[in-house]
Amino acid sequence: MTVEPPGVRGSDTTQTGAGTAPAPLDVAALRADFPILRRTVRDERPLVYLDSGATSQRPTQVLDAERSFVETSNAAVHRGAHQLAEEATDAYEGARAKIARFVGVATNEIVFTKNATEGVNLVAYAMSNAATAGPEAERFRIGPGDEVVVSEMEHHANLVPWQQLCQRTGATLRWFGVTDEGRLDLSELDTLINERTRVVAVTHQSNVLGTVNPLEAIVDRAHRVGAFVVLDACQSVPHGPVDFAASGVDFAVFSGHKMLGPSGIGVLYGRHELLRAMPPFLTGGSMIELVHIDRSTFAEPPQRFEAGVPMTSQVVGLGAAVDYLSVVGMQRVSAHEHRLVERALRELSAVEGVRIIGPVDTENRGGAVSFVIDGVHPHDASQVMDDQGVEIRVGHHCAWPLHRRMGVPATIRASFYLYNELDEVTALVDAVREAQRFFAVTPTAG
Amino acid sequence: MQLEQMYQEIILDHYRNPHRHGLREPFDAESFQVNPTCGDEVTLRVRLVGSGTEATVADVSYAGQGCSISQAATSVLTDLVVGRPLQEALDKQAAFTELMEGRGQVEPDEDVLEDGVAFAGVAKYPMRVKCALLGWMAFRDAVSRVVDEVGAS
Repeated sequence: MTVEPPGVRGSDTTQTGAGTAPAPLDVAALRADFPILRRTVRDERPLVYLDSGATSQRPTQVLDAERSFVETSNAAVHRGAHQLAEEATDAYEGARAKIARFVGVATNEIVFTKNATEGVNLVAYAMSNAATAGPEAERFRIGPGDEVVVSEMEHHANLVPWQQLCQRTGATLRWFGVTDEGRLDLSELDTLINERTRVVAVTHQSNVLGTVNPLEAIVDRAHRVGAFVVLDACQSVPHGPVDFAASGVDFAVFSGHKMLGPSGIGVLYGRHELLRAMPPFLTGGSMIELVHIDRSTFAEPPQRFEAGVPMTSQVVGLGAAVDYLSVVGMQRVSAHEHRLVERALRELSAVEGVRIIGPVDTENRGGAVSFVIDGVHPHDASQVMDDQGVEIRVGHHCAWPLHRRMGVPATIRASFYLYNELDEVTALVDAVREAQRFFAVTPTAG
Repeated sequence: MQLEQMYQEIILDHYRNPHRHGLREPFDAESFQVNPTCGDEVTLRVRLVGSGTEATVADVSYAGQGCSISQAATSVLTDLVVGRPLQEALDKQAAFTELMEGRGQVEPDEDVLEDGVAFAGVAKYPMRVKCALLGWMAFRDAVSRVVDEVGAS
């Protein structure tokens, strides 16, 4: 099945040389690929979609790829020998290869899960399953005296599974703090990550603060003491070039629906030698090597971690999303979002009564901007902004401990993607002012 | 505009000047309720005089954090139930819950719900219904801790 090229002119490859800024995106042409962006909301307001950090919209190319797969080649993969089974398996494995290349790793290092959350749970449960697995799983064993290190800025998906692992095994949970500016506090790096540490689970980019964390220092320290690094890459892989192999992380997760792909598909990356030694999490069909009535042996990775009939059209759709993003060019996506965030930070900071929660500079910062408005609860602000057609997210964004740390019960978050225009930042700021006017908290509104 | 239907002046008045706000002694039971999707929370105390469903609601006090809808709904709640027989208070709770879960199709009875009818517009926004019900859930839960015949909703 062919994927039509995105409605963009040029790509990363049109760059004229190192150091040259990538050609800007033709956002208007890109937007034509996303039918949902043409709709209106709440009394015919144009949709201003600023919630891509929660889920992104899908281009026609992704929908066409899914539909074409289902209409022509649908079959259960890795089963059967008929032609459809062969085509479906080729489509599934072909997508795996594309997705692996997209994040700089080998095809057999990519495991498909139902979402990123399941990917984190897979590693955490594999570690507790290691207690009763064979000697090859020794390095995954964890118990009393061992430590797991997370951070205060983690999404619940990269926090609760580790809390639960510690509860199951008697290991101790520790965490990096967050500075007032919303950066990871690495001042205790060498004591926090020590010879007792087995896992360091951190986010690449905070879904609330937008902060991009310095992986090199964390990976270096973790590997010096023999700990695994598990990276939550849900907010980084969709928004810029990411190379897991180069970063040195041991495991990483990301989700399809945040990168123009379907929901119901997540990706776990694991270094091959680790996946080979790691015991399974979910067991059953297609993850086995030999099955007797009273015992089984398991397939090589990645099949060992993909029990049951997997998501197929979703994987094909994610493959098409990766094609789309690759043609646009991740450098250009990143540069475009940088412009949006720069303007959002500048214009929101200029509104009296608005406080940014997270770094106010654009260094090492991604496409999410969270803030509070004095005197207007985020939920109420969201209602007024929604009435203006501006769709942002409010609440704790599945990062409750982070909100406690920053001293706010909830925030308003605008998150950008490649299809957002600079004008939409203006719409965001206008909507914020409208919320202030509606709840009469502007000094001039009396 | 639907926004004004939702944020009736009565609601904004209760939000800005909440009635019976703060936690007080004495009380018979306390309930802590949280809306996990947004983090809003309320701690609500109930003081009953008399026994069983024959009791009267002597006081309701509360503290918490939340949006205008959740704060105003809890303020209105205290107006509706304090000084009333418990059974009448529970009937109002049922009527308010029915209104909020009615997707805007339920015609509220002003004799029963008084200022509570102002929340009819909120019922058209499913994502906000939980906000309006947070304090009321705490009320029912607290009462159920005192009176055996009342189950937590």
